[in-house]
Amino acid sequence: MENGEARFRALLEAEEKIEPTDWMPEGYRQTLIRQIAQHAHSEIIGMQPEGNWISRAPTLRRKAILMAKVQDEAGHGLYLYSAAETLGVTRDQLMDLLHTGRQKYSSIFNYPTLSWADMGAIGWLVDGAAITNQVMLKRCSYGPYARAMVKICLEESFHQRQGYEIMLALCRGSEEQKAMAQDALNRWWWPSLMMFGPHDSESTHSEQSIEWKIKRVSNDDLRQQFVDMTVPQADYLGLVVPDPSLAWNEDRQHYDFGPIDWDEFWSVVKGHGPMNQERIEHKRRVWDEGAWVREAAAAFGERERNRGAA
Amino acid sequence: MTYSVPKVAGEVEAEVGREAESVWPLWEVFIRQKRGLSHVHAGSLHASDAEAALLAARDVYTRRVEGVSIWVVSSADIVASDPDDAPAFFESIEKPYRHATHYDIPDEVGQM
Repeated sequence: MENGEARFRALLEAEEKIEPTDWMPEGYRQTLIRQIAQHAHSEIIGMQPEGNWISRAPTLRRKAILMAKVQDEAGHGLYLYSAAETLGVTRDQLMDLLHTGRQKYSSIFNYPTLSWADMGAIGWLVDGAAITNQVMLKRCSYGPYARAMVKICLEESFHQRQGYEIMLALCRGSEEQKAMAQDALNRWWWPSLMMFGPHDSESTHSEQSIEWKIKRVSNDDLRQQFVDMTVPQADYLGLVVPDPSLAWNEDRQHYDFGPIDWDEFWSVVKGHGPMNQERIEHKRRVWDEGAWVREAAAAFGERERNRGAA
Repeated sequence: MTYSVPKVAGEVEAEVGREAESVWPLWEVFIRQKRGLSHVHAGSLHASDAEAALLAARDVYTRRVEGVSIWVVSSADIVASDPDDAPAFFESIEKPYRHATHYDIPDEVGQM
């Protein structure tokens, strides 16, 4: 064990990846299970708000794009579940932990998608925020997680660009369409900033995660990166970011922005967001309705194996 | 790669008492990017049987013309060396004379 600890430290120090067969501290394993599972659950639950608009996409092209994007989210969830399983949990356990609310998914998916412009705002802002986080996670010390991130980041850039393109089309359209885009930005801006989690001073796991090189950049630094990147993009659209305190700070060479409503954040985390109940109920219902498919497939697989043995 | 990791300890195991057998078997997915190249590991997935694994691999790992052929291999059938035994399997450092750079050839001789 002592040897294992020393080797683990040496690998981290040398910027080498930790692999499933390596010794690792129990806290490291548990932190990764929690984080990767939450990430996977977010991809899976994240299919719902966008799936909501597939049948009402304004053109065939937009419909095809949205379907491809939602399919990507499913794929990303599966890469991540595989990565979590290398730490010794089973898929069934992870499903159960999600369905019983003992593991969480990103709070952003507990907001409703009220108009087509929300498909634009989600791609642009929510996927934009996710990319900011995931680019950092490509350098995560845990090999299977880092490798999943490489694959995901490659695909995620299409998500953000298609979202921005939707916003651009609306902003170049009629007054009504532009107003729809502005309304979507108004509703998604603050929840997107909350995606980076609590302030560094309030974040319970941050310091340890940075020491273990699971995270490489703090919540507040990532959030600042995102704001700096996104504000000029909003300017280009001719939209107004819903923050009266937002201003370029020449000294810091960053944008200053107003205070985040952490009461809202914690309330949504604790299950009181507008869509918490519906999202998880939907997930559970679909899981239960699919039980016979899983059982039939398992029985078929069993029969095939027995046939091979005979 | 095998996933012969220690059982997860603590809360997760204690709280969820499901049989691991209820899960579909695990498969490793390999993709050949184009003719002439080897199949390279792309990831893993659960599926009830080999054919279902192949179909799932198509959906999960090849949404952007990643290649021309897929292998799926039951993860349980993979035999892996222990990274701690690496010296026994990879000893080239001790035998530099197996590498071309070990030999001094005068520049005048030219490319060799």
